[in-house]
Amino acid sequence: MKTGTTTTRVLGIFALMITTWVVVSAFFLTPADVVQGDSVRIMYAHVPTAWIAYLAFVTTAVASGLSLTRKHRTLGFDRVAGASAEVGVLFMAMTLITGSLWGRLTWGTFWQWDPRLTTTLFLFVTYVGYLAIRRVDVDPVRRARRSSVIALLAVLEIPLVHFSVVLWRSLHQEASVLNTDGDVRLDDLMLFTLFSGVVAFTLIFVWLVVHRQRLAAMSDVERLVGLDVAITARRAESTVGGGGR
Amino acid sequence: MVGLLGHDNGLYADLTARENVEFVAQLVGAGTNDVESALDRLGIDSRVAAARAGALSAGQRRRTALAALVVRRARLWLLDEPHAGLDGQARAELDGILRDATRSGATVVYTTHESEVSGARIPRTITLSGGIVARDVDSADPS
Amino acid sequence: MNAILAIARKDLRIEWRTRTLLARVVPFALLVLVLFAVALDSEPLLLRAAAGLVWLAMLFAAMLLVQRSFDVETADHALDSLLSFVSSPSKVFFGKALSMFVQLFALAVVLLGAAVVLYGARVDGDGVVLLVTVLITATIGLSVVGTLYGVVVANMSGRDSLLPLLALPVLAPLLIGAARATEAALGSDTIDLANGWAWVALLVTYAVVFGSAGAVAFAPLAQSDS
Repeated sequence: MKTGTTTTRVLGIFALMITTWVVVSAFFLTPADVVQGDSVRIMYAHVPTAWIAYLAFVTTAVASGLSLTRKHRTLGFDRVAGASAEVGVLFMAMTLITGSLWGRLTWGTFWQWDPRLTTTLFLFVTYVGYLAIRRVDVDPVRRARRSSVIALLAVLEIPLVHFSVVLWRSLHQEASVLNTDGDVRLDDLMLFTLFSGVVAFTLIFVWLVVHRQRLAAMSDVERLVGLDVAITARRAESTVGGGGR
Repeated sequence: MVGLLGHDNGLYADLTARENVEFVAQLVGAGTNDVESALDRLGIDSRVAAARAGALSAGQRRRTALAALVVRRARLWLLDEPHAGLDGQARAELDGILRDATRSGATVVYTTHESEVSGARIPRTITLSGGIVARDVDSADPS
Repeated sequence: MNAILAIARKDLRIEWRTRTLLARVVPFALLVLVLFAVALDSEPLLLRAAAGLVWLAMLFAAMLLVQRSFDVETADHALDSLLSFVSSPSKVFFGKALSMFVQLFALAVVLLGAAVVLYGARVDGDGVVLLVTVLITATIGLSVVGTLYGVVVANMSGRDSLLPLLALPVLAPLLIGAARATEAALGSDTIDLANGWAWVALLVTYAVVFGSAGAVAFAPLAQSDS
C-alpha cells in the first residue's frame, strides 16, 4: 500500500524545487544585514516554520470543529487534525530552535521571556499533550471526539496565555534586558526569498499532512480488518464446536 | 428513562449501601419512603444497608445496584447478566423484582448465560449462538 | 441546583470518609513548600517567591485531588450510571467542580498560613480583601479546569502523567495571575494593589471561560460509548 498519488508527487517536486531556490538565495544571493550580519539568514527558515506551526494549529482546530459537528466523515476530519498537529509540533520545535539560535547571536541569550516566545512555548507543550492523548489506545470514534474537544479547548487557552503573558511582562518593573526587537530592513530580494520560504514550507506542510493522514486511515482500516478477522474466527469456532451453548 | 446495569454495579465503595441508594434518590427526586421500600424489596436489612458498599459481598452489591434501579423507576431496564454472582434464592427474588417491574409497565431486557434461568413467564426469549440468532421464542404469540 | 449540591455532597462525604486530602494531599503540599525553602536557601528570595510557590504547590496538589475525584467515579463505573439518569451532564461537572473547590480552598488557606509561618510572608489590612478575592477566583478556575481535564483522562491508563501534561499548560495563565495578585496582596516592591486587581479581572475571565467550556464539553468527554 502506498500513500502517494500523482498530485502528491507533483506537490512534492514543487516543494523540493522552491526549497532549493530558497536555500541558494538565503545563503548566497541575499545580502547580510548591516547590524546583524549573517545571522539574519536564520530568518528565512525561522519565519516560515513559525508560520507553518500556527497554520498547523489553526488547521487542527478547524478540522476538530468539523469532526465534532459533522455527522459524516468524523474520523476523516479527526485524522487531518491529528496529522496537522503532529506536523505542527515538529515545525514549532524548529521555530523554537531557530529562534533561540538567532536570539543567541542577536540578543546574546538563547531565551527571552518575551510574550511571543512564551506563548509559543506554551502552545508547543499544549500540543505535545494533545499528541500524547491521541496515542492512548481507544476506539477511533471515542478518540476523535475526545481529541477534538481538547483541540478546541486549546483554542480557548492560547489567547488567555498570550494575554496573561503580555500583562505579566507589561507590569514587570525591571527594564527589559535588551531593546533590540530584531527588526530588519528588507530589500526586494530578501522579501521575495522570505515569501518563497513560506510557500515552500506550506507545500511541505500540505504534503506531510496528506501522507500522514492517509497513513492514519490505513492503520484504522487495518484495525477494523483485524476486528473482522477476530469476529469471523469466533463464529467459526462456535459452529465447529457444535452450535455453542 | 433507561436503567442500565452492566457487569459493574456503579456503586461508590466508600459510601454505605443506603447512602448509595439515597444518592440516586436525591438526583431523581425520589423520597425517603422510596429508598426504604426499595431496600426492603431487595431484602437489604439495616445492618447491610449501613455497611460500606466496598465491604459487601458480590450478591449484596448486586442487590444494592438493583435497589438503585428500583428507586429510579426506570421505564426500560437493560441488564447484562443480572443473575451473575447470585445464589438460588437471590435469583428467584431477582426474577420477582423483574416481574414487578414489568407489571408496573416497564420493559425489561436482560442477557444470561444459563438457559434454565430464562424459564417461566418471560414473554420473549432470543437465543444467540456465535453472534447469530438461533431461536426466537415469543410466548405472547399464540402461534 | 439540588443535583449539583447532591453530587458535591457525595464527593465531600467520600473525601471525609477516606481523608485523602487531610492525610495525603495537605502533607504533600506542605512538603513541597518546605523543599522549595531548602532548595532556594535564601530568606529574601523565599519571601519574594512565596506567592508563586504557594500557587505552584496548589497546582501540583490539585492534580492529585482531581485524579482521586475521578478514580472514585470510574472504579465501579459509577460515572456511566450517574450520567445515564442525571438530567444534564453539566450538573455532574458543576457538582464535582464544587466539591473540588471546597477542598482546594481549604488547602489554599493552609498553604498561605504555611507561607506566613515558613517564609515570613505578611498579610496587612489593605491586602486582605484582595487576598480573599484572589483565593476564591483562582480556586474556582483551578477547580473547573481540573475537573474538565480530570474527565478527559478518567479511567485512562497512564493518567497520572497525562493529567499534568494536559492540564498544567492550560493552567499557566491562572498560575501567572494568581501568583502576581497574591504577591500584590502580601505587599511587594514590584507590584502594587491596583495591579493586583487587574490580575483578578484575568482570573475571573479565566474562570468564566473554562467554567462555560467545561459545562459544554463535559458530556462529549464523559460518555463512554456511541
